[in-house]
Order: sequence, then C-alpha cells, then structure tokens
Amino acid sequence: MNNWQNFTKGILKENPVLVLALGMCPTLAVTSSAINGLGMGLAFTFVVTLSNIIISAVRKIVPSIIRIPIFIVIIATFVTIIDMVMHAFVPDLYKALGIFIPLIVVNCIVLGRAEAFASKNNILSSMIDGLGMGVGFTLILVVIGSIREILGAGSIFGYKFIAPTADGILVFILAPGAFLTLGILMALNNSYKNKTSKSTKNS
Amino acid sequence: MEYVIIIISAIFISNVVLTQFLGICPFLGVSQKMSTAIGMGAAVMFVLTIATLVTYIIYYSILVPLQLEYLQTIAFILVIASLVQMVEIIIKKISQPLYQALGIYLPLITTNCAVLGVAILVVTKNYNLGESIVYAISIGIGFGLALIIMAGLRERLEFANVPQVFKGIPITLILAGILSLAFMGFTGII
Repeated sequence: MNNWQNFTKGILKENPVLVLALGMCPTLAVTSSAINGLGMGLAFTFVVTLSNIIISAVRKIVPSIIRIPIFIVIIATFVTIIDMVMHAFVPDLYKALGIFIPLIVVNCIVLGRAEAFASKNNILSSMIDGLGMGVGFTLILVVIGSIREILGAGSIFGYKFIAPTADGILVFILAPGAFLTLGILMALNNSYKNKTSKSTKNS
Repeated sequence: MEYVIIIISAIFISNVVLTQFLGICPFLGVSQKMSTAIGMGAAVMFVLTIATLVTYIIYYSILVPLQLEYLQTIAFILVIASLVQMVEIIIKKISQPLYQALGIYLPLITTNCAVLGVAILVVTKNYNLGESIVYAISIGIGFGLALIIMAGLRERLEFANVPQVFKGIPITLILAGILSLAFMGFTGII
C-alpha cells in the first residue's frame, strides 16, 4: 500500500463515520451548521494526526500490557492543547462545540487508529493515516452540517439565501434532524456500494 | 424543588441520548435485545454515579486548590478508566450474580462518552455535591429509558419489511430520530 492509498482510504472506503459507524456522538451533536462541523473536524484532525505520530514514535518502548492507558494519556494531552488553543483564539466556535472538544478523548476513532494502525507502523505512514482519517471525518461533518443548515436555516456557512424573515424546516437544526440526516446518508452510501459491487460482478 | 427540576429535565427534556447525543455508540450497539439493554442501562447508571462522585471530589479537593483546572480532561479520563477496572474487580469478588449480569458491559463503559460528559458538565454547571449526584443518577435513568424503549422498538423491527439499504444502522438512526421528535414534546412540562 503506497502513501496515497493510505491517505485516501480514510476518505471513502474506510470512512470512519459512514462505513465504520464510529465517532457518532460528535457527528450528530455538532453538525447543526456547516461551520461547526468544519471546526470540530479540524480539531479532530489535529488530535488524531499528532497522537498517531507520537504513539508511533514510542510504540517500541511501551510495554503492551499498559499500552491503552498510555495511549489515552497521549491523546488527552493533545485534546487539552487544542481545547486551550480554541478557547483563546476562536471563543465563539469553542462555545458552540461545548463539551464535545474535551470529549474527543473518548472518540473511538482516535483510540481505534492508535491501536489498529499507529502502534504497528512507522511514523510517516501513521501521520498519513491520521491525516486521511481526519480529512474523511471533516468532510462528512461538513456535508451533514451543510445539509442540515440549508434545510433547517436556509443558509450555508452563515450566509442566508432565503428571505430574512422566513424560517427553514426547523426540525433539521434540532436534535431529530441529526438522526434523520445521518440515517438517510448512510442508506445512500449503502445503495451506492450495492450498485458498484453489482456492476463489477456483471462486467 | 430544584432537585425535582434537575431530575425531570435530565430524564425527559434534555435526554442524554436523544437530545444531548452522549453515549450514542452503546445506544446503537447494544439495543438489539431487551435483556442486554436492561443490563447495559443498569451498568451505566452505576458507573456514572460513582464516577461523578469521585471526579467531583478530585476536581474540588485536588485540582482547584492546586490551580490545575486545565488538567481536568486528563485527570478525569484516567480516574474513570481505573475506576471502571476497580468496580469490575470488586463486583467480581463481592457478588457473582451481579458480575454475571453487568460484567461484560463494564469494559465497554470506559469509552462511553456519557460518563466523561457528565463529569465535565457537572463542573461547568457549578452544581454542588448533592445536585451532582442527583443529576448523575437522573442521567443514568434517562439513558436506561432511551435504551429500553429503543430495544423494544428494535425487537418489533425484526418482523418489519425494511428496505435492503436501510437495514442495520440506518433504520436505527431514523427510528432514533422519530423517538427524539417524540421526546421534544416534553419540552413544555417545566
């Protein structure tokens, strides 16, 4: 597997949210607008890339019995860093994302990548794997955020394109809209996969 | 009176799973059968209450006096992870039936974001010790309630004719969406 395949597998083929159904809590909770989804995605990319690098660097000196607590401390350190950075520089976004920034620690994708990939591979490919997963996660968050913002508020990235007094379909920026949007997106992904696997069988 | 408001709002109005999106993974993962849903609900309630109590004490008696509040995430996750292990060992020693009922769910709880989420929420909401414990128990009940309702619905779903592409997680998410709509109806009761 070359580096480019390693990078792109996180984006579609092994997309953490659509295919592996990991990290559902932030996916559902912070995607009420496209910009929130982008902010969460970037914070997540930072954590997963840097923790992958460090874990890969220390993988040979960590005893395997206590590797999980050590991984968690490394991940929690980067989460604390991004938490403080966002608090200082983008206070509005920090407020909107709320407790879901510290909760990146328990996001199963980060620990999953540490355990499944970074603890077995060298630093460069671990970094690329982390970046790919981060980009895949960010993309899906921005897509869900955009769909919900367009339908629910009639705007995109805060720019409103319907009449200022009009309302969107409010339910989509409230909690139920998150479940419905993600459910339908996953079904669409399944039907796309069915079609491609059928056409390869026929040919 | 304050306690009643905390209890009702934690169970119904801002239900931990359906409106705050904490603990979605076990909600989707172990809601297939009623018996496992009840076991998981009980285990989460148990760990959630103890974890909130311990993290509360650690935050206000260690981190605040030493001005180390910024270490909250690291300290809490370590405390919760070791606490879950300890609870598992103690239950195994004390009560074998309880261990058989809850045992397999306990390791899964470390990565349940509801536990860390509630520990952090209690600090951000400035609750006192009594309020924190009541809040944690109510969140646990709310989680169990959502899980049990969902398990009941999914047992019915076995016999429904679901389109091929919606099978599995997608239809569960749609179901959760409708359930969440129903819970929005509670918004007016306080």
